[in-house]
Amino acid sequence: MFRASAYSVKQACKQLIRNRNMCTASIFSITSMLLILGLFFILIVNINLLAQTAQSQFDTIQIYLEDDVGEEAIYEMQNEMETIYGVKEVTYIDKEEALVIMKKRWGDNGYLLDGLESNPFPNSLEIKVNKLEDADAVVSRIKGMDGIEDIKYYQSVVEKLLNITNFIQLAGMVLIVILIIISIVIVANTVKLTVAAREKEIGIMKYIGATNWFIRGPFFVEGIIIGIIGSGVSVAIIYFFYKKIIEAFSTQAFVMFSIGLVPHEFLINHLIWIFISLGVGIGSLGSILSMRKFLDT
Amino acid sequence: MIKFENVSKLYGSNAALSNVNLSIGKGEFVFLVGPSGAGKSTFIKLLLKEIEATEGKIFLGDLEVTNLPNRKIPVLRRNVGIVFQDFRLLPRKTVYENVAFAMNIIHASPRSIRRVVPQALSLVGISDKANKYPHELSAGEQQRVAIARSIINNPSVLIADEPTGNLDPDTAWEIMRLLVQINLRGTTIVMVTHAKEIVDKMEKRVIGIERGKIIRDDLRGAYKYHV
Ligand SMILES: Nc1ncnc2c1ncn2[C@@H]1O[C@H](COP(=O)(O)OP(=O)(O)O)[C@@H](O)[C@H]1O
Ligand SMILES: [Mg+2]
Repeated sequence: MFRASAYSVKQACKQLIRNRNMCTASIFSITSMLLILGLFFILIVNINLLAQTAQSQFDTIQIYLEDDVGEEAIYEMQNEMETIYGVKEVTYIDKEEALVIMKKRWGDNGYLLDGLESNPFPNSLEIKVNKLEDADAVVSRIKGMDGIEDIKYYQSVVEKLLNITNFIQLAGMVLIVILIIISIVIVANTVKLTVAAREKEIGIMKYIGATNWFIRGPFFVEGIIIGIIGSGVSVAIIYFFYKKIIEAFSTQAFVMFSIGLVPHEFLINHLIWIFISLGVGIGSLGSILSMRKFLDT
Repeated sequence: MIKFENVSKLYGSNAALSNVNLSIGKGEFVFLVGPSGAGKSTFIKLLLKEIEATEGKIFLGDLEVTNLPNRKIPVLRRNVGIVFQDFRLLPRKTVYENVAFAMNIIHASPRSIRRVVPQALSLVGISDKANKYPHELSAGEQQRVAIARSIINNPSVLIADEPTGNLDPDTAWEIMRLLVQINLRGTTIVMVTHAKEIVDKMEKRVIGIERGKIIRDDLRGAYKYHV
């Protein structure tokens, strides 16, 4: 077993070096396929994360009130809203408090708000709903009330995000299946060229008593090596760029809006295994397919 | 060692071999002669299970070739050394590697390969060409390499399909001496040939085939049967 593998690996390396150009082409095709797969993977996990945070953060409805509504009237509105089905609690946030909250949220950049001449924030009521699905019904009941300037709630945003995720997942899946098939065909053709050039040799080997697996071994290993190199290169590229993106995002303005990205360690830990199994799978399948015709006799 | 029992091979209605009965003992040296199209190659292909017999049973040593499952064919072929008229060496391997290859496929240890291959090369008298590639050798030298490869795993039978067909008479005789030497070590040899002079001089068993039938089997025969 070990000797057979050692022989296969040695032969495969010789073949790889001999057919550098074709092998580079195969590796390139696997790499580009995996890069596209990686792009989708990154998009999907990050949009998922975004949708999740959105869902937990935005189960509230903000009701901005006109400035001429008095405190009395506001408390009345608050009481009325608390009776609506689906409402968990209603909090009154006056404009001073709103400014303080915003300063806090901006953190180190909060000083930017100090220069304002007048407080731009309106008084507001914040409704927490029991379930995000109830938000629509609650909003339609409130809409008719007097003194309301604007209503903001995020159900539609969250739903849109989830829809986008689903679409990207589906599109990604279809595209990836197509790309996997293309890669298999490319690898199969690379190996087939090697095999065809050696059809006569394979015949001789069979006469001497070589088993199909002995003959197949080196080509099989050749495919696997192509797969491993292809996946290694693509993981390295993705690691490099994703780290750069994370660094860029975590410095500046983005923190203010608390946009989170999946950390690159987590991403790479997952990607590396997916990529290597895909690369090895494509490589070995491609090489086995290309040998079928030559060994089935 | 080799036994054919009522073996027939039909291609459509054309019988390449018909109802052949034949027995070759261990250590024999046998010439298989006959005109082109007589069925000699068919005989060899059947023995190696490259084709299936239409009828009858074929035995090689302990193996019944005719009911051997396909996956066991490599085992059969390791028991039979084969030498062809066109040598059939692996072009991208050196002389040494060509011979070692036959040991690679039986997963021999690198150590025994290093020990046995030089012995075989020296037996066929080609030690000094070990690192050359087949295309750098003369026809006779290439045939020596093929013979070294065919016997490296000590097969019980060596089959040679016109091994001297591409060689000049002197070289042909050198190859014959080599085959005799191998035969003396106990290996059964079946040699298909058209070389009248060689068959006549060697005075070995001669089996004549014509139109798929054995027409003669002489223990100390000549190429042509003189009545
Ligand atoms: N694959 C094949 N298909 C049909 N007929 C064949 C095939 N191989 C051999 N034959 C026929 O079988 C007969 C014996 O052929 P063969 O054994 O090659 O003869 P030899 O080797 O003695 O010259 C010939 O008539 C040949 O035409
Ligand atoms: Mg013939």
